Amino acid sequence: MSGKCYIARSSQTAARLLGEEMVIISAGDPRVFSLNEVATVIWEAADGRTPLDEIIADRVCAEFEVTPQVALKDAEELVQELSSHGILLVSDQPIVRPASPPRETP
Amino acid sequence: MTGLMQEISNRALELGVPLSVQLDLTYRCNERCVHCYLDHDDHGEMTTAEIKNLLDQLAEAGVLFLTLSGGEIMLRKDFFEILEHARALLFSIKLKTNAMLIREKEARRLRALGVHSIQISIYSHRPEVHDAITKVAGSLQRSVDAIRFLKSQGLNVSIANALMLRNISDYPGVKALGEELGVGVTMDPTITPKMDGDRSLLALGLNHSELVQVFRDESLIGNAEEFCAPPPKVSEDDLDSLPCSAGHTACYVSPYGDVYPCVQFPLPTGNVRTSKFLDIWRHSPQFEEVRSIKLRDMTSCSQCAHGGTCTRCPGLAYMEGNMRGPSSQDCEKSFARTGIPSANLLSRKASLAGLVQIQTLPTTARLVAATT
Repeated sequence: MSGKCYIARSSQTAARLLGEEMVIISAGDPRVFSLNEVATVIWEAADGRTPLDEIIADRVCAEFEVTPQVALKDAEELVQELSSHGILLVSDQPIVRPASPPRETP
Repeated sequence: MTGLMQEISNRALELGVPLSVQLDLTYRCNERCVHCYLDHDDHGEMTTAEIKNLLDQLAEAGVLFLTLSGGEIMLRKDFFEILEHARALLFSIKLKTNAMLIREKEARRLRALGVHSIQISIYSHRPEVHDAITKVAGSLQRSVDAIRFLKSQGLNVSIANALMLRNISDYPGVKALGEELGVGVTMDPTITPKMDGDRSLLALGLNHSELVQVFRDESLIGNAEEFCAPPPKVSEDDLDSLPCSAGHTACYVSPYGDVYPCVQFPLPTGNVRTSKFLDIWRHSPQFEEVRSIKLRDMTSCSQCAHGGTCTRCPGLAYMEGNMRGPSSQDCEKSFARTGIPSANLLSRKASLAGLVQIQTLPTTARLVAATT
């Protein structure tokens, strides 16, 4: 990836922290995903407004013993994997779409 | 269960997390199914605020899989408000419904809200059979129309087909209907007694010969030789195994806030109107008792050849009178599947044989003589 990368959680996902790992399911998909501690930090920080490199610098490198280069490379692979399953939205622009499910007037 | 899902369940068990909860939003219903175990009158359902508060507590407790069921869930005017709240809390939502009130607009909203799956009850592909079971004319057509609306939104829909004497010949038709609609079909011959203990509904269930027919139908069960094989010897691991997830990683909450181990296990453990959900889950003596039961503690089942493979439901056993005892419906299923009677069936046969022993009375001649 080159340039800024913004990530947001899809509104079609369900997620819960179980111990230190995040369990994620996408609506209609029988597969279940389990994120380790580091991936969970990235998932929780995926608000669509914070660039991925900032998430790595401010959250991942601050909490775990890992260099920014290694962490960013691993994070990019994670983002690609999760976006291919529709769990994360990825853009080179901030993602303004709300992360929570949309509300509709009855 | 997949390997990862099994790992997640094991982890939830270790951590004491209720991974799955079924919440019945109402017992009211717009159908009157002949085999339904519920009392459809409203005896004081939780309010919208109470349900939202409960959902907050369930999320905090670690619940991921939330099944919303009833009664008919869409009879609650606040159904979508509840659903929106639940999705904002990131539950994976499964809906159980007859879908009679789902049209295009509702299907669109369910899609937008990220509902994981929707299970719809269909009893037959023939209106005269389905509608006679639901006691609502036109109900099959409405439910099938709803399936089409939901599928057109790309939602994950499945059909639940309860098998009874009155619809047993129709399951191939339901299966074909599922294929035509592009949805999976699950079939279940279990009939649940009424929650007040009335067992009369069980007469609607399949007899041995129909169960045998179902368990030999390779279009349902795959390889019959494998499926109906005699059970392997019960191992030490089997004896230490837990009966099912009820009370361990799963529980049920009624529309009135009562918490039970499972919808089919009406052992009262507490009420969320008077106690915090987590206090009930963690500290209720009833939950502690349910969690303490292992196969080796069960007098009949621990001696049974089917001990390691039986689908024994502890809730049905409880409703039979003993949560450590056998569930006769599951004994019948194991017998129909393998041709090998369970320990419970054998002991019942032995005691029945004792009850009807006939022998010549040595005094008959004298009694006759005395009366003439």
